[in-house]
Amino acid sequence: MAVDHRQHHMETVRSFLSVLTYPLQYVASFPVTASHWMSDRLATRDQLQTENAQFREENLLLHARLQKLAALEAENMRLRDLVESSFKIGDRALIAELVAVDMDPYKHQVLINKGSRSGAFVGQAVLDANAVMGQVTHITPLTSTVLMITDASHALPVQVSRNGLRSIAVGTGRIHQLELPHLPNNADIQEGDLLVTSGLGGHFPPGYPVAVVTSVTQDPGQPFLTAIATPSAHLERSREVLLVWTLEPPVDTALVSESSTEPEVADSEALER
Amino acid sequence: MLVRHHGAFTILASFMLALVLTILPLPDLAQSFRPQWVALVLIYWCLALPERVGIGIGWSCGLVLDVMTGTLLGQHALGLSLVAFLTLKLHQRTRLFPLWQQALTVLVLLFVERLLFLWALGAAGQATPSLWYWAPPFIGMLLWPWLYIVLRDTQRRFRVT
Repeated sequence: MAVDHRQHHMETVRSFLSVLTYPLQYVASFPVTASHWMSDRLATRDQLQTENAQFREENLLLHARLQKLAALEAENMRLRDLVESSFKIGDRALIAELVAVDMDPYKHQVLINKGSRSGAFVGQAVLDANAVMGQVTHITPLTSTVLMITDASHALPVQVSRNGLRSIAVGTGRIHQLELPHLPNNADIQEGDLLVTSGLGGHFPPGYPVAVVTSVTQDPGQPFLTAIATPSAHLERSREVLLVWTLEPPVDTALVSESSTEPEVADSEALER
Repeated sequence: MLVRHHGAFTILASFMLALVLTILPLPDLAQSFRPQWVALVLIYWCLALPERVGIGIGWSCGLVLDVMTGTLLGQHALGLSLVAFLTLKLHQRTRLFPLWQQALTVLVLLFVERLLFLWALGAAGQATPSLWYWAPPFIGMLLWPWLYIVLRDTQRRFRVT
């Protein structure tokens, strides 16, 4: 146990055993998969049409926003060129689905159906439609385990999008709560501030939303502020997640160039420069 | 003297079923009441066939469970091997108990497993779970008589010796 906790020699043993247990996990997730399948098949025409109309509307809205984004991004790059800071935006994403099994209830983690075969790697950032969800911790050829940002052993570097104040968002073990420790008493942070990833740790791509600050309490007797934030991602509700590759990672260039040759990677994002 | 064993497949199948039940998705509310299926099945086989099922099998089941639920390798294995050991120590007495008394013994064994798991959680720096953490042993105790009867009949049916 100690060896597994402190070092990572056991990763091969674990991934070997996971491959053996994959059938069991598949069997366990079968009822849910089957019910999804049934509801997909048995959806009425009417439902599908309304849904379709909804999606079309949403698509239009998103496209409109994307146009603006492209313009903004170009402007941003131009400004950055002016001040000669090397900063590239560009990520690639792959959609993965959750495998419907319950893992250890005392740890916030989920199993997704993409593994090293699809180019996923340990430490990779995982997002849902709204915000950052967590990172990949264990990996097998077919599945990977994602540790959520709210797990007590997880922390990620963030910054306040309003003013760029840097901090660390530490998981509390409660599903709707993140904590920002060690903020000085005069730090400029208030309720409703959006926290985005700062990209400083090298694991997470910068600029993705993480959480919204819900309470800031200042106790004059304490050396630090207590700031609590609620994750914006639907941590316990999403069915699909996005695995993200940063195109210019600060650390592992080898890993990404390897995965970029992967044929299975579906949509290279429009964000790419 | 050579003793012939039968029904390894049945034992394996019962453990597999227990593993699947452990990771079967449940609504959030029911999740904290999920009985310790693997521990229950392990206790039954340790009582019924102490010369076949023991610490080794408990340990391997624990490892598989660790991998499936994504805990530290050995976190379940430690508890389950201790449960197997205690059951082996107690099996001669426990077998003769009436079912309700057996259920009480099982409660204690399940508590031991939970306690070791909690200790491992604490050692790994996880947050201490709420009091509901202690609910599964009670559910396990209530389930024990039924589980015992079902597994005993299965054992007789498939002549597991």
